[in-house]
Amino acid sequence: MTGIDIDLDIYPDEASLVEALKRGDPEACACMVKQYAPRVYAVAIRMLNDPDDAEEVLQETFISACKNIQKFEERSALGTWLHRIATNAALMHLRKRKHREVSLDEPIEVQAGDDIYREIQDWTLAPDDHAMNSEVRDVLEKAISELPETLRTVFILREIEGYSTEETAQILGISISAAKVRLHRARLRLRQILTPYFT
Amino acid sequence: MMSSQSHHQHVSDCQEVLSHLNDYIDGELSPELCQELEAHLAVCHNCRVVFDTLNKTLYLVRQLREYPPELPETVEYRLFAVMNLELFVPRERK
Repeated sequence: MTGIDIDLDIYPDEASLVEALKRGDPEACACMVKQYAPRVYAVAIRMLNDPDDAEEVLQETFISACKNIQKFEERSALGTWLHRIATNAALMHLRKRKHREVSLDEPIEVQAGDDIYREIQDWTLAPDDHAMNSEVRDVLEKAISELPETLRTVFILREIEGYSTEETAQILGISISAAKVRLHRARLRLRQILTPYFT
Repeated sequence: MMSSQSHHQHVSDCQEVLSHLNDYIDGELSPELCQELEAHLAVCHNCRVVFDTLNKTLYLVRQLREYPPELPETVEYRLFAVMNLELFVPRERK
């Protein structure tokens, strides 16, 4: 782990860390920030596509977590709780943006075909798992960033952050069927965006 | 319902396959529809290409879970500062 050097082994387990956080121990706070900031930043930058906004979400997440740590009932892991705060903060930022492509709450109409058959090309250059180098990762991250915001948020929560469709719908405040439609469309769109890179 | 012929003659059937593809990938399709879809994929080149490349897309993207975007050091330092945790920041960085 790079950056600020913090001994993460001070607390033997998460329960001890949370207990210290609830006591207001600054060392516990430093441990929490050091340990979870990378994951929080990752979801923020992917959802927002903007380093400044992502940094704001990062700061808001940990300030909110410290403020509300007494409310954390440990029914989920600390990381999951922080991740949920970050996701909600990122969604708030998206909602505040003036120049949105589509409202987050706006239903999306999608046809089954979704223009998929305009161009059918097999991928001859797609890498296998041994070739998941930084160049391929950059291509994938860029392709995801090109998805329309409404599709991107569903796609990131479901495919990268690993939430179920039900959880994704709940986080976004949309119906499960709407989440499925957006996910369906996002997957197909991403496949289309990636096709020129891999043919 | 789903044709086993070329999509050029039965576009609507291919469209139907496509509409079920995500449920199929997620394992949420009924056994009967699975059978029909698989029969179609076995003979329709275009649908098979879409299916294969869609699978590959998801395979690649899910690997990104292991490679989160890097947290810049400067962002981490500013976070520690805003959290009043500067005590833990090395002196030369303050």
